[in-house]
Amino acid sequence: MTLSRIEEFDNRIIFAKTLIKLAQENPKIVVVCNDSIGSSNLTEFRDLFPERLIDVGIAEQNMVGIAAGLANSGLIPFVCAASPFLTGRALEQIKADVVYSRANVKLCGMSPGVAYGELGPTHHSIEDIAWMRALDSLTIVLPADEMQTKEALIWAANTEGPVFMRIGRFKVPSVSQGMNPAFVPNKAMRIIDGTDISIIAAGTLVSRAIEAALQLKSEGISARVINLSTVVPLDRTEILAAAKETKGIITVEESVTRGGIGGAIAELVVQNNPVPMKLLGIDTFAPTGSASFLLEHFGLTAINIVNSARELLNNGE
Amino acid sequence: MAAANTKEISDLARDIRLQVLLTIKNAGMGHIGGDFSVTDILATLFSAVLKVDPKNPNKIDRDRLILSKGHAAVALYSVLALRGFFPIDDLKTFAKPLSSLNGHPNRNKVPGVESNTGPLGHGFPIAVGTAIGSQLNNNQSRTFVILGDGELQEGSNWEAAMFAGHRKLTNLIAVIDHNGFQQGSPISRTNDLSPLDKKFESFGWEVRVINGHDYQSLLSAFTDAQTKPRVVIAQTVKGKGVDFMENKAEWHHKVPSAEQYEAALLQLSKQ
Repeated sequence: MTLSRIEEFDNRIIFAKTLIKLAQENPKIVVVCNDSIGSSNLTEFRDLFPERLIDVGIAEQNMVGIAAGLANSGLIPFVCAASPFLTGRALEQIKADVVYSRANVKLCGMSPGVAYGELGPTHHSIEDIAWMRALDSLTIVLPADEMQTKEALIWAANTEGPVFMRIGRFKVPSVSQGMNPAFVPNKAMRIIDGTDISIIAAGTLVSRAIEAALQLKSEGISARVINLSTVVPLDRTEILAAAKETKGIITVEESVTRGGIGGAIAELVVQNNPVPMKLLGIDTFAPTGSASFLLEHFGLTAINIVNSARELLNNGE
Repeated sequence: MAAANTKEISDLARDIRLQVLLTIKNAGMGHIGGDFSVTDILATLFSAVLKVDPKNPNKIDRDRLILSKGHAAVALYSVLALRGFFPIDDLKTFAKPLSSLNGHPNRNKVPGVESNTGPLGHGFPIAVGTAIGSQLNNNQSRTFVILGDGELQEGSNWEAAMFAGHRKLTNLIAVIDHNGFQQGSPISRTNDLSPLDKKFESFGWEVRVINGHDYQSLLSAFTDAQTKPRVVIAQTVKGKGVDFMENKAEWHHKVPSAEQYEAALLQLSKQ
């Protein structure tokens, strides 16, 4: 496994392309958005299917309720909105109208995590995973790269039931080169095998976990890298295998660890096969800075993952 | 629409109220005041307006009735049972452990329920969604959403009203069960809605203000042709049909005693 940083992708591009292709094949697919045609990269979709793009304006509660109504009419609505406003402002609509009602709505949280960088914590979406994970059986998908975004989207369109997906704008390299399929629904995907320590990462940060594993390998430490592209349902088998077969687990996420990915893994591990863990994430409101700066600021870097792995292994001995 | 048979509607209304009374007495809980204020609206819709099929409740081109004031679940359950969506006997299970009939409706458990309402301000946006959905599906399905008046204090309703007006949805009717009370006190004392008609007019709606217990007015409000979304401000009486419950805020969710039950039963049976 190597990582090429030459080509990096904004997942919103492939998201929009794939959505258009799906809409061409299936007349039931519609988009609901909140004045977010530009930020969700939907201009071409609107030009091709003007009636199937429902822009409610700046009104997230209405947006999600309308999507639930469209699903009630047998359509397959993709709600495309900046993740902080979609999941925060419309949380009760997501709970009652979509998840509790089991409406076939696809919630696409655009530009999640700290993607909005300098715009600040109001525009960051670091709580979304914890909020969505608290709901009963809402599938949560965090594609890590272009190919995963495409395949996850196709899967979501063809699978009945509510889904929350994060669609990143932070440019990332491909992490699923040579993997076919790039996305396996309901599974955590082992990208690199290893026996000393496990690194479980998602979304933007999978490529950094891979970089860290490559660095650790050069130091003689065998790190397993798991891409947690699906957080709910959690792949118990793969996570518990990591707990059994390696000496510790590091989780890496662009979100709060409380109730987030770190929380999810810890809940499972502590009840079944406790091992030392280190949870890397963003647990405070961010200071001012670009997305790239903020990921560094919060230690969501290959080098910090490497250091955390060393610490965890040293403490264990 | 076939010539209106108001006798049929009033018979259904009486039966709904009787089932509501019995169900709430059995369960020891429920929102009887709001159930009774919305009863004539439901009776009119289910007797003579809605194109729905109890044998095929999920037919794609059915009319949608979304009860946004989900706390009036017992009135909805009663009319659905009386129209054959599920056995009337099931009403006895209301609010009992593991019953499909929860305190607020669940569409995955109760045939004829369109959405899991309960928190207020949710039904209106959903109704706008089903109305747009039927346009996209190119069918004649119409959507009715029943709103409590108190719930109009929730901002999400106005997001929905604004968008429906903007899109000139002619297949959407919002019915406001305007009984003037919210849980604790009169609406006018809490956070007044007036002028409700002018608010909706300014949002691009056709407004009808009618007596919400007059079947002819309800019928024409529900069946006349539309050129824009229509709001029916149905002036209703909370607790309608039982004199000692009418216009009393405490009957929002009070449960009748044995004597009150007998007295109410006597009054309703004569209607």
